[in-house]
Amino acid sequence: MASREEIMTKVETLIGPFNNKGVELKDTTTFAGDLEWDSLTVMDFVAAVEDEFDIIITMNMQAEIETVGQLADAVAKLMDN
Amino acid sequence: MTDLLSKFDPLIQERETLLATGVKDPFSLVMEEVKSPTVAVCNGKETILLGTYNYMGMTFDDDVREAGLKALKEFGSGTTGSRVLNGTYSPHRDCEEALKEFYNMDHAMVFSTGYQANLGIISTLAGKGDYVILDIDSHASIYDGCAMGNAEVVAFRHNDVEALEKRLKRLPAEAGKLVVLEGVYSMLGDVAPLKEMIRVCKENGAMTLVDEAHSMGFIGDNGRGVSEATGVIDDVDFIIGTFSKSVGTVGGFCVSNHPKFEIMRLVCRPYVFTASLPPSVMATASTSIRKLMHSGNKRAHLWENSKKLHKGLRDLGFGLGTPEAQSAIIAVIMPDLERGAMMWQALLAEGLYVNLARPPATPANMTLLRCSLCAEHTSEQVDQILGMFEAAGKAVGAI
Repeated sequence: MASREEIMTKVETLIGPFNNKGVELKDTTTFAGDLEWDSLTVMDFVAAVEDEFDIIITMNMQAEIETVGQLADAVAKLMDN
Repeated sequence: MTDLLSKFDPLIQERETLLATGVKDPFSLVMEEVKSPTVAVCNGKETILLGTYNYMGMTFDDDVREAGLKALKEFGSGTTGSRVLNGTYSPHRDCEEALKEFYNMDHAMVFSTGYQANLGIISTLAGKGDYVILDIDSHASIYDGCAMGNAEVVAFRHNDVEALEKRLKRLPAEAGKLVVLEGVYSMLGDVAPLKEMIRVCKENGAMTLVDEAHSMGFIGDNGRGVSEATGVIDDVDFIIGTFSKSVGTVGGFCVSNHPKFEIMRLVCRPYVFTASLPPSVMATASTSIRKLMHSGNKRAHLWENSKKLHKGLRDLGFGLGTPEAQSAIIAVIMPDLERGAMMWQALLAEGLYVNLARPPATPANMTLLRCSLCAEHTSEQVDQILGMFEAAGKAVGAI
């Protein structure tokens, strides 16, 4: 079972290739606002996260996830199930 | 008071900026006269139509128009009622019979539009606790069907069989799953690898729905669509289609061999809570559908047109949505909205109408000039069209 910290580290690594502006990543960093991702980038990133953790993040769930911290929490919860 | 329309200010601003550059509004064209499936008069000028989805040119077919006039006289101008109350006349039943003959399937259900067919079938089939798995480039009506239902929605990368398979395998084995695919994707005119995708769906216990809106009448030996052409039509649970493309009128439908399909008529709200189509529309649709069953020569000519236009545009130096002609849609990729609109206007000035497609309707934020060919376009018209593209492309610096 991966810890929240391990998940966060992996999530940050996955954000890397999409972080064109070199934004410093915190729990409160937002995907739309701080990282300025459009829907296409979001889709590619979600696919990468899904494959890394072998989970599914439905579009219903994606609508609730705005920050990096919320994503890490969602991944932890999905891996628990 | 908060102005509820203020959320559209950025779009209003973008439109004003675009129109200030002097281009005509590409989204408010009026056809003053329509001479045939391929020619209309716009702004007083005779214009070749290359953006109508009127693939088989049935809108002016003599038998089709005659059937419509007869039904209009015999049954009146409209039904003023739901299909499940006073809105089913014999032409509605006959239209569903025509669909069953066309697809060789047991059940057919006609909706008032293709949009409502997707909205109704998807939202009714996939309920709370079920999953809808869809291609990320799906049509708005598919997304809206998901939004209206209570199912969990899972998207996968466009036409990516492996991405679909991975996601299916991660979902709970016992959960209800509906995979929604399209035969032809209307923005780029590319086809889905249905053979592999339907196999993967079957292996993983998912039911399948294929929207054949842009392939009906044209693709497959009998014009049943990409699922026929790829040999998997018997494994598809539901096929959705429309009358507003090859059939040449308006309406939508779902056909299926599922033994319990008829119950959908009572539980599908976009079917129940709206008025049925006018009987004249039903009569034109059924006449057209039955003629489309025997239109092999027209299908062959449409393929010739599509291949010729694709090769011609590529040779002129335009970037296209597919490496070869895969359907009757050829999408010309423009660098941005402003130059797309300029090119669109230059083509109109030459006497050619195409669709200007822009984000968010398009994938990858592309601006497209979408050309849809018709079996009634002559080979000479395709030559003319290529000449117009060359002239307009040079005039605006697109080639």
